[in-house]
Amino acid sequence: MKTRKLLAAPYIVWMCIFTVIPLGIVVYYAFTDSITGALTLSNITGIASYTGIFLKSIWLALISCAICLIIGFPTAHFIATRPKESTQKLLYMLIMLPMCISFLLRTLAWVALLDDTGIINNAIRLLGMKPLPLVRNNGAVVLGMVYNYLPYMILPLYSVIVKIDHRLVEAAEDLGANHGQVFRHVILPLSVPGIISGFTMVFVPAVSTFYISQKLGSSGTTLIGDVIESQFKTAYNPNLGAAMSLVLMIMVFACVAIMNRFSDGEAEVIM
Amino acid sequence: MKRLNRFITIIVLIFLYVPMIVLAVASFNTGSDIAIWEGFTLHQYAELFRDANLLRLLLNSLIISVLASLIATMLGTMASLGIFSMRSRMRRLVMTVTDIPMTNPEIVTGVSLALLFAFAGTFLKIKSILGFFTLLIAHVTFNLPYVILSVMPKLAQMDGDLRDAAMDLGCTPRQAFFKVLIHEIMPGIISGALMSFTMSLDDFVISYFVSGSGFITLPVEIYSYTKKPLQPKIYALFTLLFIVILLVMVAMNLLQMKDAKKRVQARRAFRGRTGRAGV
Amino acid sequence: MKKIIVFAITLALAFSLVPNAALAAEKSVTVYNWGQYISDGSEGYIDVNKAFTEATGIKVNYVTFDSNETLYSKLKAGGESIDVIIPSDYMIARMISEDMLLPLDFSNIPNYDTIDDAYRNTTFDPENLYSVPYTWGTVGIIYNSKYVDEEDVGSWDLLWNAKYADKILMFDNPRDAFAVTENLLGYSLNTEVEDELRACTYKLVEQKPLVQNYVMDQIYDKMIREEAWIAPYYAGDYLMMVEDNEDLEFCFPEEGFNLFIDAMCIPDCCTNKENAEAYINFLCSPEISGQNLEYLGYSVPSEAAKEFMDPEVTESDIAYPDEETLSRGEAFINLSTEANQLMDSLWLEVKTEGGIELTPIIGISVCVLAAIVLLARRSIVTKRRKANRCKKWRTN
Repeated sequence: MKTRKLLAAPYIVWMCIFTVIPLGIVVYYAFTDSITGALTLSNITGIASYTGIFLKSIWLALISCAICLIIGFPTAHFIATRPKESTQKLLYMLIMLPMCISFLLRTLAWVALLDDTGIINNAIRLLGMKPLPLVRNNGAVVLGMVYNYLPYMILPLYSVIVKIDHRLVEAAEDLGANHGQVFRHVILPLSVPGIISGFTMVFVPAVSTFYISQKLGSSGTTLIGDVIESQFKTAYNPNLGAAMSLVLMIMVFACVAIMNRFSDGEAEVIM
Repeated sequence: MKRLNRFITIIVLIFLYVPMIVLAVASFNTGSDIAIWEGFTLHQYAELFRDANLLRLLLNSLIISVLASLIATMLGTMASLGIFSMRSRMRRLVMTVTDIPMTNPEIVTGVSLALLFAFAGTFLKIKSILGFFTLLIAHVTFNLPYVILSVMPKLAQMDGDLRDAAMDLGCTPRQAFFKVLIHEIMPGIISGALMSFTMSLDDFVISYFVSGSGFITLPVEIYSYTKKPLQPKIYALFTLLFIVILLVMVAMNLLQMKDAKKRVQARRAFRGRTGRAGV
Repeated sequence: MKKIIVFAITLALAFSLVPNAALAAEKSVTVYNWGQYISDGSEGYIDVNKAFTEATGIKVNYVTFDSNETLYSKLKAGGESIDVIIPSDYMIARMISEDMLLPLDFSNIPNYDTIDDAYRNTTFDPENLYSVPYTWGTVGIIYNSKYVDEEDVGSWDLLWNAKYADKILMFDNPRDAFAVTENLLGYSLNTEVEDELRACTYKLVEQKPLVQNYVMDQIYDKMIREEAWIAPYYAGDYLMMVEDNEDLEFCFPEEGFNLFIDAMCIPDCCTNKENAEAYINFLCSPEISGQNLEYLGYSVPSEAAKEFMDPEVTESDIAYPDEETLSRGEAFINLSTEANQLMDSLWLEVKTEGGIELTPIIGISVCVLAAIVLLARRSIVTKRRKANRCKKWRTN
């Protein structure tokens, strides 16, 4: 048994060097001055002026999560309730497949669709109507997030719903519950773990994205990811960038912890 | 309710595939503007195969994802076995560390690794530390949790008596390990490997922070392309990739179905035999 | 055991697949240049990097950046070996002052002799130790004559014209963006006065609602496809863009503009200095320089090279404006560290400006409240059920 435990040693060493220590370095950078290298709190306190950006990033990510859930749940439910397993597999694959193509390109394809001189507006112009402002607003950024991360919502939901014992639904129906009641009292509570993990998997990349907001957003839709990226790639100030990364990370972990509270003790509630 | 679900599913599928269709159509366009159809051509595909640079980038991406997923699968499987035999407090600690790269925003992981490598570069006095190996390390790091999280449940599901049974039937502990244990968790290992391969292949954010000019993967290059007008041959490349992946997935599904059918038949035959024996 | 061996063999095979370039030391040079800033063999023009490899046998590893600040960040972040860089004047001065460049060995760069006197002993490299001029040029306004009224053109205030809201692009780097406002407000392009820089920030924030996006190389795509109509950019790039869209026009704003020189340097992270010098030498040979810049549209710093260029290009009054126009130009010099820092933080202020909006606050608060209520309700329900269960158990 002891030798068995040693099998984990390379992994633990690897994770220490490449996960724990780098986070330590981020913390170190976040609390030092960019020029003198002295300890300082100014990076962290300086973040206060980006509160608006933080709030906006969180807000857009939350909206994306909500939309993903609203359209993802029926989809996952539909797939999970197909009687034939092969149909389920096929649909599952169809949802997965777009994720294999670089998300940069898929986002660019949306730009091509939505631009003022893009495909949709060209078509509208052909019909003799006024082009619509489809791109470079919060809506377009949310659309990009929903598009890119929707499969992350559907897949965990599917795997939870598919495991729901159909006899439970039948039992509820036999006891006189209508569709709405079955959904509210049986299906929904049983899919909470899926909702939680889907929510996390959409929220985390959405709140930290920088590519989607650059491409589908405008000068006014700068998100926290954009600012962090710029601190490392253009306006060289890794200390401020590290401080922002640290705050972002803590925020995300806090959100995930809160979300996990929802699935804690879930089994007891259902019983 | 059911009709509504079906309607939404159809809308979702259309929504997911519209951009892919745009890309595929653009790859046959004579003009370079993705939004204006000028005529049909296969020119972009010919261009693609003449572009040694682009093919090299694709090869780079494949090398990194294959290597990273192999190493991560090996390390991750070993680690799962180790973690599984740990006491619960230690196990919880290790699993928390495993969760970090999973939950951490990619940009933070990328930034932290970039800072680590820069630090290591100055410390070890290596001028060009960013390159193949840093990219590989980063990819292995973010792949590891996926492997562990798909192998661990299989270990938990496994019947502990199986190993004892194998040993009763005359296996040495080592044989029992390879014939029974590894065999039982194989589906988990394979799905972990596949998942990390796809994650590696499509990863942009982390690669963007840890790659140097010497060794670049396809997504990183595409990012720098998109600042310039994108060359239409990229659409051709991805249309081809999409078709290949589609074919592989369909083939895998078919094989699995055949396999499942065979298993069902075998089980029936087995039951039939035992049934008769019982009579 | 067999499986482990198979696995190890696969791994070894995979490793052997690693391209030799990554491991073996091949004769190569890594060049870090602006995007769209070298003749790459398109449209029948010369492919400079290929020609260099053919002439010397040295492989060129070519990477691009989109602003001086990106280049600076990359060098500062470290971890990479880069042999040749082509920054602009002020950035060269900044790098010299921060000891980031290596002095050149001019005996390896004999073609330096063909560079005109006007481009030697420049303000950014007064002793000619670190740099060899690549091109020079001007900044102006590119606009689409199909959409922009001629009477609106002429001044930088075109970029503040609300008529063209959402069709205006702006520089995505602090120095060029501030220069536009400094010109407009009548300040020096090298001002370090805090009040003046703050006035510029105010002006940029005022412009922000009209700006479609802050971009660099993307300008090409957006202007050619007419997604945007007005953009400040470099004259040389205008000459390239106009070949794809004839409606584009260029104007030297009346208030003045930035006049720049881009030069080739060797950063201190260089590992192939001799190859780097060979590359620089190759690029400033009159023949290559002439053919290269004929494609690029930027202005050539050597009379000798002009002989290899199409006269139509060398007579263009956009690439080679007359004395009167040139007299309105002003070159950048390096700012002090404090001024640079101030400008960086003011620029970040401009880009993140937008204040704290009300919707996110309300929305997030509602979500947080909902979460708290749900969790509280859940814990009450759980407790009650537990209590019930205990009661039942006891009564049983």
